[in-house]
Amino acid sequence: MMERQSFLFSFFIHACALLLAAVILAPLLWLFIMSISPAADLTAKPLVWWPQSIDFSRYGVLLSSIENSAGAAFVASLVNSILVAGMATIAALVLAIPAAWAVSRTPSVGWSLYMVIATYMLPPVALAVPLYFGLAHLGLLNNVFGLALVYLTILAPFTTWLMKSGFDTIPKEIEAAAMMDGAGLFATLRIITLPLAAPVMATSALFAFLLAWDEFFYALLFTSDLRAKTLTVAIADLAGGRVSDYGLIATAGVLAALPPVVIGLVMQRALISGLTSGGVKG
Amino acid sequence: MSGTSMTTRAWLLMLPLLAVMIAVIGWPLIDTVGLSFTDAKLVGTAGNFVGIDNYVKTISGSNFQRTLITTTQFAVISVFAEMVLGVLAALLLNQQFYGRTVLRGLMILPWALPTVVNATLWRLIYNPEYGALNAALTQIGLLDAYRSWLGEPGTALAALIVADCWKNFPLVALIALAALQAVPRDITAASLVDGAGPFARFRFVILPYLAGPLVVALVLRTIEAFKVFDIIWVMTRGGPANSTRTLSILVYQEAFSFQRAGSGASLALIVTLLVAVLAAAYAALVRRTAGSNA
Repeated sequence: MMERQSFLFSFFIHACALLLAAVILAPLLWLFIMSISPAADLTAKPLVWWPQSIDFSRYGVLLSSIENSAGAAFVASLVNSILVAGMATIAALVLAIPAAWAVSRTPSVGWSLYMVIATYMLPPVALAVPLYFGLAHLGLLNNVFGLALVYLTILAPFTTWLMKSGFDTIPKEIEAAAMMDGAGLFATLRIITLPLAAPVMATSALFAFLLAWDEFFYALLFTSDLRAKTLTVAIADLAGGRVSDYGLIATAGVLAALPPVVIGLVMQRALISGLTSGGVKG
Repeated sequence: MSGTSMTTRAWLLMLPLLAVMIAVIGWPLIDTVGLSFTDAKLVGTAGNFVGIDNYVKTISGSNFQRTLITTTQFAVISVFAEMVLGVLAALLLNQQFYGRTVLRGLMILPWALPTVVNATLWRLIYNPEYGALNAALTQIGLLDAYRSWLGEPGTALAALIVADCWKNFPLVALIALAALQAVPRDITAASLVDGAGPFARFRFVILPYLAGPLVVALVLRTIEAFKVFDIIWVMTRGGPANSTRTLSILVYQEAFSFQRAGSGASLALIVTLLVAVLAAAYAALVRRTAGSNA
């Protein structure tokens, strides 16, 4: 910085930074503290802000696989979330990559892509009833494959958009040179384009996975028991149900938040550049 | 390669995506349009053609009008607050202070937290008997007796908006920060030499760089806020006394709780139309901002 900061200004900035840090961290810390506080502390008046004895046992309870326990239900929903988000992410990328590349290299067909992207604005309620009938007809209600298929309505437009802006940054000339040397289209894509697009592919995959992990509306409508219920639905059930131990609800929240939070922190740079490139290019 | 064969090749590569999109989006959307002209139930009979009855009943109904107002309140207030807080946080994060890198890193946390977990967390914080908000406010002395923040029509919507803002303003801050970092140093330095005060500097030097990305963030956030479902469903289910019922919640209730698929479909399409009008208005705004900056 060129300007010399006065002491008073610097003090003000540090105070604001401290306030911002507190605003961001306080709710998150409280979620974690609730998860390790004895149940009695959480219902004490005045409230006990820091547990007298730290209790990690709820993590064991939720991650245990004893039949018919709270843990079995939680672990099943965890597995369902991983399966649905994983399958939907892979399928979205498989569909998005060729389409995004084609539009990037052949702008004359771009309008069809904009139509696909525009569907991203559709409220899910506009598709919910026919999707419900359709899944019922195919026997895919309360089924992880059915839910993953429905998630393509969200993931496919989004990943196509990100991949297209990724391919736009790879010069056509590199591909042309490879083809001049006698490589066919698919060889060129495999050897030249896709390796160069690997970082964008990784970012798109992470975004898609986070979107699916976060999804609640379709999961609430189309799943009903352990066979397909995802984490978001399981947590909403816990929060809305008659669970008397708030710490258990908080623990489920911490566990569900852990994968996206870790991805967010580790991949921060890539995620922010993805967010802003999407934001800037519109 | 000739133009025609390149176009053919492009269509072939797009075929799988387009086929799936037609199956999971195009066809359901058309089907929703068809359903909206019938009195179909979710289970049982296919329903009879009733013309525009559903639309007339929906639009003239007091439920719809009240819900539209609630949705607009939620969207306008939360998005406005997110924009202001986001820009302020970005201006702060662009200054020099100890721990700046760490604080920038922390900003990703609320964004990464799943919406349902965020809603659950705030539901616990607002708990009328044991919640942290009641405890903190009474212990500081700002509150005499515990309140049911989500249980009173007067405070429920505001409480939801706070929870939504906390999760979403950091994203606006990160987008704005990225734009701020693109402002060339010598321009800010030159404006200082020319004697521009902090407000003039923000208005004429910094804001032009922020405008583009911010308008896009504004568009996306408003559309999201208008469609809001998750956070409200988990925290209040639209209550108390329907004071937090938004359009998506109303559609859900109509189509799935009351199983009136036809009338739910008409309502869903009205919501879709409103979002489309919003998006089109914004698209014009984005084009204008982009034009004035070029």
